[in-house]
Amino acid sequence: MFEVLIFATLNGLVTGLLLFMLASGLTLIFSMMGVLNFAHASFYMLGAYFAYSISLYTGFWPALILAPVLVGVLGALVERYGLRRVHKSGHVAELIFTFGLAFLIEEAVQFFWGRATKDYRSPDILDFPLFTLFGQNFPAYKAFMIFISIAIFIALYFVLTRTRIGIIIQAAITHPHTVGNLGHNVPLIFMAVFGVGTGLAGLAGVIAGPVLTTFPGMAMVLGSIVFVIVVIGGLGSLAGALVASLLIGLLQSYAIASDLGMPDLLNWLGVSFERDHPLNDIWRLTLPQIAPILPYLLLVLVLIFRPSGLFGKRES
Amino acid sequence: MSLLQLQGLSKQFGDTKIIRDVNLEIQPGEKHAIIGPNGAGKSTLFHLISGRYHVSSGSILFKGTPIHNRSPFEITRLGLARSFQVTNIFPLLSVFENVRCALLWSMGYRYSFWQLLGKAQALNDRTEALLDEIGLHARRNLPAGELAYAEQRALELGIAIASGAEMILLDEPVAGMSHTEATNAVALIRKVTAGKTLIMVEHDMNIVFDMADRISVLVYGEIIASDIPSKIRGNPRVQEAYLGEVVPGGSDA
Amino acid sequence: MFKFAVWIIFAIVIVLLPQFFTSLLSVSILNQMAIAIVFALSYNMLLGQGGMLSFGHAVYFGLGGFMAVHALLGIEDGDYFFSVTLIPLVGGLFGLLAALFIGSFSTHKAGTVFAMISLGVGELIAASSLILVSFFGGEAGVSGDRTYGPTFFGYDFAQDIQVYYLAAAWMFIATLAMYLFTQTPAGRMANAVRDNPERAEFIGYSARRVRLISFVMSGFFAGIAGGLFAVNYEILTEQNLNAVTSGNVLLMAYIGGLGFFIGPIIGAVVLTLMNSVLSHYTTLWMLYLGIMFVLTVMFLPNGLTGFLMMHRTPWHLGKIRLLIKPYIVTSIPGAVFALSLVAMVEMAHSSEAEFVFLGASFNSSGIVSWGVLIAIALGSFIALRRSLPALREAWAQANAIDSGEQK
Repeated sequence: MFEVLIFATLNGLVTGLLLFMLASGLTLIFSMMGVLNFAHASFYMLGAYFAYSISLYTGFWPALILAPVLVGVLGALVERYGLRRVHKSGHVAELIFTFGLAFLIEEAVQFFWGRATKDYRSPDILDFPLFTLFGQNFPAYKAFMIFISIAIFIALYFVLTRTRIGIIIQAAITHPHTVGNLGHNVPLIFMAVFGVGTGLAGLAGVIAGPVLTTFPGMAMVLGSIVFVIVVIGGLGSLAGALVASLLIGLLQSYAIASDLGMPDLLNWLGVSFERDHPLNDIWRLTLPQIAPILPYLLLVLVLIFRPSGLFGKRES
Repeated sequence: MSLLQLQGLSKQFGDTKIIRDVNLEIQPGEKHAIIGPNGAGKSTLFHLISGRYHVSSGSILFKGTPIHNRSPFEITRLGLARSFQVTNIFPLLSVFENVRCALLWSMGYRYSFWQLLGKAQALNDRTEALLDEIGLHARRNLPAGELAYAEQRALELGIAIASGAEMILLDEPVAGMSHTEATNAVALIRKVTAGKTLIMVEHDMNIVFDMADRISVLVYGEIIASDIPSKIRGNPRVQEAYLGEVVPGGSDA
Repeated sequence: MFKFAVWIIFAIVIVLLPQFFTSLLSVSILNQMAIAIVFALSYNMLLGQGGMLSFGHAVYFGLGGFMAVHALLGIEDGDYFFSVTLIPLVGGLFGLLAALFIGSFSTHKAGTVFAMISLGVGELIAASSLILVSFFGGEAGVSGDRTYGPTFFGYDFAQDIQVYYLAAAWMFIATLAMYLFTQTPAGRMANAVRDNPERAEFIGYSARRVRLISFVMSGFFAGIAGGLFAVNYEILTEQNLNAVTSGNVLLMAYIGGLGFFIGPIIGAVVLTLMNSVLSHYTTLWMLYLGIMFVLTVMFLPNGLTGFLMMHRTPWHLGKIRLLIKPYIVTSIPGAVFALSLVAMVEMAHSSEAEFVFLGASFNSSGIVSWGVLIAIALGSFIALRRSLPALREAWAQANAIDSGEQK
């Protein structure tokens, strides 16, 4: 029991931090531009695929740097030549544009890399168990993922609180309409934020690719979860995104690791059920089964009872 | 009986008190103006009466019924309509549709999805008549968002009066207009609100003293005086707080 | 009178269509179109007319469809005596119930909150459908048979063409009903709430109630579309209520044009045709669809219908002919450019040594082939760019009101 708990916590942490790497970029972009970028997870997928292709020539480490930069540049170009054009048609059009982009990127990935899963592996140097607990191994690569994620947050925190550009961005988050009046080049800042945000997503893809497998559906799998996180955390709140990321990561990890289900609950309550009853799908549900829908359940509940999210102040 | 009664009305945002213990009675048929320096809480007072904001304490009675903390649509249905300081219309709908929508509830159509608007003769006639009244008949098929500013203000007024409400709140109806436009607008307001009870917030003192039967002066969320125009003009407290600093008819709007 | 004539012509067209398109494939495409039209129109009740952006509209389509299949199964088992012609209504009523339940909490706000709830509910139901096997049938889905019910004037609906007339009749009724809804007080207030929910409250309407009515109506018609799907395909799976289907309907409505009643109809027809025809010729049709969608959002924010409607002013001014020549001059290099890009994409994707495109044969790894295509692409692109100023000039002229000639 105890070992299950520890590993579930560690795995939840890995997932949660990974999710936050996506959610932080998404939140920054939303705060600045008011756009919920539907294609955010698609950039994450591109990160994984770019890193895979680059690593074929150079190995993992150069890809770790190059792939996110490429993704970021691509993101900036999308902002400059796509999103900016759509901006004048309003937020719904922007949301639909990013939705179409997500669709397009998935098709493009299939075009360039095919439908099959790519054999994108973690570097050999990290291919060892970091420690063994109760006979179970914890891979060093996962520790590396945690390390990278935390390093990124520290860097992000530093940039946001200690640098000029960070302070402008913060001002833009809290007072979205006034920054333009200060004479800063807002379009350039938008492009930069979009580039950095998508670059972060790309980095998440680079480090997650080997663990979560690199295949054309990987954006779909994570995309709506990241969306759920920024909404649950409160649109535009970085702290909320962090809390929600960890919450969802841990929740899913615990749900998968546990073997509890409705039968246990019913036994405990002393209720029995008929085998052939039409509703017995419900009575036989187990936590691992419903793990994938927990985030959406949480989302719907949060939106009903607290539409601005856990940490949100602004409602769009 | 007075039509509208504000009793001990207060509103605060966080620790900031915007409206402090306001008591006011408006008689049926009265034309009442609320004046006061910028930030005195005039718009907030309107938002409280019309249901846009909830009150912090106190009560608002309209025709003897408490209306504070009710939804705007409930208050509107009782016969209390308002216009907005910043034009607040349906920009993509045509001018005609704007007016027709504003008439729907009062003419009993409610949420009907079984009646066709095209066949609603009385409704359409009333819409045409109202368009004539506010002088926008020639513009009836234009999307409302494409009207000129003064025309949008006229439409704003038209939407407010369409429901046939007994009491109408007008929030700075001539703000931002040229002198000629303002004169026309005032004539229009007089015409369409004849026989109705009116409360208006306005910065143009000439218009206020010209139109109002009674004037209330709001300073820092408190009503410091409420009386007929001639008495307000002579009131030392008002002059000190307001008129003494701002020349009547001055352009601080 | 004019509007009445439009509906008569519409009815005649849908009755006559199978006379011209008789093959099995074309009848099956017609059936798909009928279903897609109802679904896309129901979606536009939300987005175009009510301002509610939904990412989970397939929920009502799918739930209605599943219920309809269960109704088919009930007929098959002899549980009740019920005509297959009324099956779409079963789907519609179930869609309505589902929309009533979900709408009761999701229509509180429009905008992002509504969009996110619709996304969450969509994912929730799609994921649950794989768990709740007795109703949704798991991965395999639920299938039925439409031929068991009592015959309808001798029709037993064994053939697709019979299903076409059933689907077309329902499509006509649903389209008419949805059009009439836009002409009612509730329909018009949906537009008003879309434009300005706050002001709607100050003219006596609860914005939330107005949205709920549109939402429930939309769920009803989506359910009818789902019921038609059930009759046509006799099977429903998780795919019919997941995000892909929700995305598709958004695509149809948007490409067709949200601002016009006819927009989603055009979108449904064009996309169904593209899906069927393109998927016949290339495995990459989804890629082209994605590109087309993104380009539409960027360059035609009002969709195909919006593009057509832009020509109303030149038409009324009698200047439409000014545009004919510039359109031809621009569209020829435009089409060549697009086709050369497509050729390159297809050639890069082709695994065979010889690549045939529009009758021309290329060596897919040969430098010459690539060189030729790149040259054509570049040449046509330059020609396209050169033709644009003349087009803009002609457009300005065609829209200018000459002095003394008022419209």
